[in-house]
Amino acid sequence: MEAAAELAIQATGLTKRFAATVALDGVDLTVPAGTIYGFLGPNGAGKTTTLRILATLLRADSGTARVLGHDVAREPDAVRARISLAGQSAALDEDLTARENLRVLGRLIGHHSRASRSRAQELLDAFGLADAADRPVKTWSGGMRRRLDLAASLIATPELLFLDEPTSGLDPSSRAQVWDTVRALAEAGTTVLLTTQYLDEADRLAARIAVIDHGTVIAEGTPGDLKAATGAGQLHVQLAAPEQAPQAAAALRRVLDLPVRPGTDPGSLSVAGPAADQAALAVAHLHRNSIPVAAFALARPSLDEVFLALTTRAADDSADPAKEPVV
Amino acid sequence: MTTVPAAAPSSGPGYTSSDAQALSAAPARPRPAPPGPVTAALTFAWRALLKIRRIPEQLSDVIAVPVVFTLLFTYLFGGALAGSPHRYLQFLLPGTLVMAVLLATMYTGVNLNGDLAKGVYDRFRTLRIWQPAPIVGALIGDALRYLLASALVTGLGLLLGYRPHGGVGGVLIAIALVVVFAVALSWVFTLLGLVLRSASAIMSLAVVVLFPLTLASNAFVEPGTMPGWLRAVVHANPVTQLVTTTRAAMDGTVTAVQIATVLAASAALVAVFGPLTMRAYRRHE
Ligand SMILES: Nc1ncnc2c1ncn2[C@@H]1O[C@H](COP(=O)(O)OP(=O)(O)OP(=O)(O)O)[C@@H](O)[C@H]1O
Ligand SMILES: [Mg+2]
Repeated sequence: MEAAAELAIQATGLTKRFAATVALDGVDLTVPAGTIYGFLGPNGAGKTTTLRILATLLRADSGTARVLGHDVAREPDAVRARISLAGQSAALDEDLTARENLRVLGRLIGHHSRASRSRAQELLDAFGLADAADRPVKTWSGGMRRRLDLAASLIATPELLFLDEPTSGLDPSSRAQVWDTVRALAEAGTTVLLTTQYLDEADRLAARIAVIDHGTVIAEGTPGDLKAATGAGQLHVQLAAPEQAPQAAAALRRVLDLPVRPGTDPGSLSVAGPAADQAALAVAHLHRNSIPVAAFALARPSLDEVFLALTTRAADDSADPAKEPVV
Repeated sequence: MTTVPAAAPSSGPGYTSSDAQALSAAPARPRPAPPGPVTAALTFAWRALLKIRRIPEQLSDVIAVPVVFTLLFTYLFGGALAGSPHRYLQFLLPGTLVMAVLLATMYTGVNLNGDLAKGVYDRFRTLRIWQPAPIVGALIGDALRYLLASALVTGLGLLLGYRPHGGVGGVLIAIALVVVFAVALSWVFTLLGLVLRSASAIMSLAVVVLFPLTLASNAFVEPGTMPGWLRAVVHANPVTQLVTTTRAAMDGTVTAVQIATVLAASAALVAVFGPLTMRAYRRHE
């Protein structure tokens, strides 16, 4: 990442309460311009709330956010002129047809009547929605609505696009189409901040990822950074002599200080979460103690494992900070 | 209609040619200059008209209510109150006009509340437009609905034998005053639409307020026979002023002061509830 690259989003210490609920508890977010940035977190973590603050729909209780160089609270119009938002629930007029929806929005963005008409047609064709274009949106399927919602946010190409779970409820081919669109936008220079529940989606698309839980960002980095930092991979060891399993388990536990579980095959053991160099030492330690190893593998963590490791750790911490994981 | 472009080569493994084609067909478009306040408001008015075209049944409140009330009051009370339905109609019609249009104002709040619940306004609020445009545009659409209700009541009245002494000019002044006042009153309902949680809450509040307000006025009966306290209420009721002025306009006896009073009351409503509505709109979460 070029350190000098200008920032699309710079948020510090955003907080937001809804009555008794603390939705955001000090969110810091730095998104470089021109990249796809993934925003991950479990339900209720505060993703949508953060996006709505950045898109000028909500006011933070405290903290500051600059979007494309403008303060969201003090210069909302400057921000609005450059962004576009496709929210979590499709923001469409159910009673109108798709074409009417797009034409109304085209006019509101500033297109003249002719231009808004031709842009509507262009987008309907591009998103494969032309066949249903003149049917009221309320007769559309959920996936079609999501695609129309994305199309509606691209009537004018924004400098920064907020996508709140853009592929939830889409079939695989529609999802691939959305990914393609997002990539093409990023290549053309649009910064995309997208929230998602699908970790493979963030893994495929995002240059950087922030993980949010209980209203704070608990991890940030490239997908590779996150996987490396949590070290949530699995070390699998297959012993040459299954009867040595108890000694082997004790030896691994001594080196790694992690719980060791027997595998399904006799004489197989697995350990969740060791760092790669520690795993290498552990295998060497078995060898030095005359415990022959038939096979071993260090499975790279999936982003799902990273996510679970991070968010459950945060949940444990908040439940009881003093509590250590029980072996 | 554009022709379908030939399939472009696949953009990468796992993507179909239709995806690549999709992208080539929707090139980036720079953002034009934002629309001015008038264009923005008129676009929202156009949206309101499109919605009416798509769901004409939403006009039932400005069609059925006026027709039913005019017929019902004329024939139910006409004989008893004025000796004959025909004679009562001469007195009643301006009153039903006011009632029909004022009752229709509650739907401004109901519609706004429904739009907000569906998230359509989220997108509008991230656009760089004159912030009151969505509400002003919706009110332009509502003004057309009020005109429709006024035309129906007046047309029906004329059919039943109502003869305004003020002639065409008087009728037009009367309708204009009622519609202007109703649009101003609509700002009360835009505020309620933003502040109250549900459409049914707005409806019940509107019914509790608007019905007593229109009934406890001189719309249907002269206050002469009422007990003193009620007469005081009726005289203080702004609907009474509006009905009196409307009646005078239809009779051709309206004074400049009466017209100015209605316009001033309308301006006062907008001056108070316009800013309150916009404040609630900006803060709506
Ligand atoms: N308008 C609101 N009124 C009250 N509470 C709210 C409101 N919006 C959000 N919250 C609460 O704030 C917290 C964060 O919500 P938010 O919608 O930001 O989560 P999220 O990360 O987007 O979740 P999801 O993945 O389910 O969409 C939740 O506890 C939610 O209940
Ligand atoms: Mg959400």
